[in-house]
Amino acid sequence: MAARVVAIIAGLSVAGLVIGPVIAVLLRAETFSGFGPADWQALRFTLVQALLSAALSVLFAIPLARALARRRFVGRGLLVALLGAPFILPVIVAVLGLLAVFGQSGLLNRVLSPLGAPQLQIYGLQGVLVAHVFFNLPLATRLFLQGWLAVPGEQFRLAASLGMGPRAMWRAIEWPLLKRIAPGAFAVIFVICLSSFAVALTLGGGPRATTLELAIYQSVRFDFDLGRAAALGLVQLALALAAGLVALRVASVPVAARGLDRMVPRWDGQGKGARMLDGVWIVVAAVFLLIPLAMVVLNGASGILTLGGSVWVSAAHSLAVALGSTVLCLAWALPLTTRWGEWLGLSGIALSPLVLGIGLFLIVRPFTNPFELALYVTATVNAFVSLPFVLRILRPEAEAIRADYGRLGGALGLSDWAWLRWVLLPRLKRPLGFAAGLTAALSMGDLGVIALFADPDRATLPLKIYQLMGAYRMEQAAGGALLLLLLSLSLFWAFDRGGRVGA
Amino acid sequence: MKPALAFAAGLIANTSLALADEKPVLTVYAGDYIVSEWGPGPRIEEMFEAQCDCDLQFKPGDLLPRILLEGAQTNADIVFGLNTDVTKKARESGLFAPHGQNLSALTLPIDWQDEIFLPFNYGHTAFVYDETRVEEVPESFDALLDAPDDLKIVIQDPRASVSGLALVLWVKAVYGDEAEAAWEKLAPKILTVTKGWSESYGLFTDGEADMVLSYTTSPAYHIIAEEDRTKKAAIFPEGHYFMVELSAKVAGTDVPELADQFLEFQLSEDFQTMIATGNWSFPAALPQEKWPEGFKELALPEKALFYTEDEAAALRAEAVEEWRRALSR
Amino acid sequence: MLELDAIEARSGSFTLTADFGIEAGARVAIIGASGSGKSTLLDVIAGFLKPRSGHVLWKDADLTDLAPARRPVSVLFQDTNLFPHLTIERNLALALNPRSGTLRKGDAARIEDALARVGLAGFAPRRPSEMSGGQQSRAALARVLLQDRPVLLLDEPFAALGPALKVDMLDMVAKVADAEALTVLLVTHDPADARRFADQTLLVENGIVGTPQPTQALLDDPPESLRTYLG
Repeated sequence: MAARVVAIIAGLSVAGLVIGPVIAVLLRAETFSGFGPADWQALRFTLVQALLSAALSVLFAIPLARALARRRFVGRGLLVALLGAPFILPVIVAVLGLLAVFGQSGLLNRVLSPLGAPQLQIYGLQGVLVAHVFFNLPLATRLFLQGWLAVPGEQFRLAASLGMGPRAMWRAIEWPLLKRIAPGAFAVIFVICLSSFAVALTLGGGPRATTLELAIYQSVRFDFDLGRAAALGLVQLALALAAGLVALRVASVPVAARGLDRMVPRWDGQGKGARMLDGVWIVVAAVFLLIPLAMVVLNGASGILTLGGSVWVSAAHSLAVALGSTVLCLAWALPLTTRWGEWLGLSGIALSPLVLGIGLFLIVRPFTNPFELALYVTATVNAFVSLPFVLRILRPEAEAIRADYGRLGGALGLSDWAWLRWVLLPRLKRPLGFAAGLTAALSMGDLGVIALFADPDRATLPLKIYQLMGAYRMEQAAGGALLLLLLSLSLFWAFDRGGRVGA
Repeated sequence: MKPALAFAAGLIANTSLALADEKPVLTVYAGDYIVSEWGPGPRIEEMFEAQCDCDLQFKPGDLLPRILLEGAQTNADIVFGLNTDVTKKARESGLFAPHGQNLSALTLPIDWQDEIFLPFNYGHTAFVYDETRVEEVPESFDALLDAPDDLKIVIQDPRASVSGLALVLWVKAVYGDEAEAAWEKLAPKILTVTKGWSESYGLFTDGEADMVLSYTTSPAYHIIAEEDRTKKAAIFPEGHYFMVELSAKVAGTDVPELADQFLEFQLSEDFQTMIATGNWSFPAALPQEKWPEGFKELALPEKALFYTEDEAAALRAEAVEEWRRALSR
Repeated sequence: MLELDAIEARSGSFTLTADFGIEAGARVAIIGASGSGKSTLLDVIAGFLKPRSGHVLWKDADLTDLAPARRPVSVLFQDTNLFPHLTIERNLALALNPRSGTLRKGDAARIEDALARVGLAGFAPRRPSEMSGGQQSRAALARVLLQDRPVLLLDEPFAALGPALKVDMLDMVAKVADAEALTVLLVTHDPADARRFADQTLLVENGIVGTPQPTQALLDDPPESLRTYLG
């Protein structure tokens, strides 16, 4: 019973964080302007790029995750950890890293043009997709990889003893796995791309790549048209939740699959062709994902040494916020690891951060000075925004645990606490580590709830990076970005280490 | 759970600090780039507190949305760093009081008679380039439109950025009804459009673009802070769009004298000398001979183009839509 | 007495009806074809499946609305009787203190004692993956001992063990059941198990549970349907 109450509280607080701000903004709105042709164009582009980005990310993740799941090689653990990095970089840093490779004067063009190849043009829909795949392929890959690791060793043994070929493996193991994981992964990535703004615009090459989020930003910043901002925000929210519903309907419920926690040796995919194919996927993905990161490191190497003390202090603030967000987010997510909980949690990234920020500001303002709440609000919002990812990571495993051990727990009469302490948490260790690492790293890189909740004395590291850029100090900003990358990755790695044990 | 405790303890410790000071407080809302330690904020605070026996507190954030959301209950006494693109909305809100300052000291390239919004520095939109990378620098806006398409420029989105909007108005001021055609000619040279100035400038310094939409004052930073004289603003005879930064007194301030004193200080020679290198802009009330060394070197446009807020408001939607249409093709 | 009074239970499109009673302390085998409803019957008694109508009674007390843990019933499942990530000691501690899961004073000794009774003295610190199938079964039986509930349900718990081992385990269960005066229901598909273990047998056919009959007589002269099943 207590667990049910906790789940309801967790669910209501999510719903409240979505509905509250939207209502607050609508109540405050004075004007309601309708949709113009430009808005419809923005809606169309938003949908197209989000659909394609999510589809490509998931599509490429499937063979990559399979390759990583069945190969053992030196540096594999490091590679799996580094693969998480693009997802957690601040947008601008990642974009500059990407452009250093794919841009006009990027590595690729510098290598290709002496060979007489035509100039590679990144700007356009292709650029948006490259960037979104860069950000989200690692996430999708990790979700699939986790699914692979959850397949009981007995199934591989059975497959091996039956001498199942690739086709049979596909039908017996891989296809059910995809059906279970792909819809949710697609939904999360689709929703996160829905609210893309700076990336879509910069790499999209201009107003053709206008997204709804930009229209919301414009309504807030220039027009102060809150009604329009809220209306656009609701459209975005509706799209996201609809996508979530479809995904949850399509996704098959995990089947009970009990294993005995032994390491899983693999016998499948040992043929020459399979090995080559896996090798190619791993190398291509590593090059695609790691070289832009290397450029971030290269660009920042000289700047990082010149960073003043305040930047390091801001890094400490970011760390504190990140750890707070992580604890909050996991506590929030555990009771929501159900079908409807995951759907509800999607709203964390479905609601425009601008609408969320203004709404919270309007709600908080009558009671207290928002400046004083800046860090709390930032930590809460970071946790809220991480919920969809954390739920996607935790839910399949949590449901499998319930399916496998629920009857035993019920027969023993375990209390909610004993179930949590002795069964759920220990068995969830692997996904929990990954989820915690992701939340911590995401919170490090996140700018928080727009400038309405900036804390005058306690700037976070991403804010400092933007300040440096705003003051022409591009080199130091690059150094700050490198520092951020290192810290985020360290946090991610530290939490995820548990998750990668045996991965 | 320990990090969570430390986190909570840190937050509690933070909030208790503000109580200590007994001096009257002047609350100034300012953009993040002002408040930042690399902006003019810390120096403004230091200089003003030396003469006011008060506590000047900068609060960073999105200026206008914030003050409009807060309405009459705002804690702000001064709003520092507004641009002309929002002054109309700000004025209509009725939240601001006349500044009461004598405007004769202003040294702006245009005549400024606004009784609410008081300038502190200015610049012009300009395309900044690196002379080691661009061989044939366009000598006029026309020349820029006719330049080969492999000259790549990066600009800001007029729907999201103040400087981006200024560019659209600049094109409108130069080309009038032909603005859309001008955009069409410029379109193939536009590498991309970014959300804000920082992203654009980052692309430029990374060597991704040849020219960046920035300000006539941008080279001053490179000259003074980096002793780098290769970054230049291309000066066009058609004129450059005038961009001014303004402050205003909040009507409901509970420290009106302090607010007035701040506005007066803003026009003082000390402040004006400082703001040039503090905010990398031309001082609003300082004769050229008193400008810092690097600024005197800067190429200045002969003509400043400017729309009043009413003109700009009337033109904006159309100008942005022309831009959008031309670049969407 | 364990009574199932006019039970009708549904699981998906499958319907089970049962109406019978078993004397306390009896050992009863449940036999029937695959899919006939044997496990569903156990689910109803254990409380995992709520009947649409009818009542489950133990010594005249109505169990129908009680949660599994509140019933005087312990279960040995087909598999998953132990949490693989916990040591045997922890696994058994969960049976002793299902609220906190912690080891209280004296618990370690009780656990060791229960383990000794099933021949697993010294196995407390091991994890299930470090034990053979037979040892895991015995550890689960030790858990049943600690749970100390008068009714024990076994859902083909030893099906995966070898014939000799299975016989050993059944004998051990019989010994424990006698010592603790347990009422035991054993689901099995092996008539030899029924003969060896249970005086009485319940025949389940197409969702209909019969009444207990003497095992010997039933198996010596099986009705037509059972004969087909036994082959």
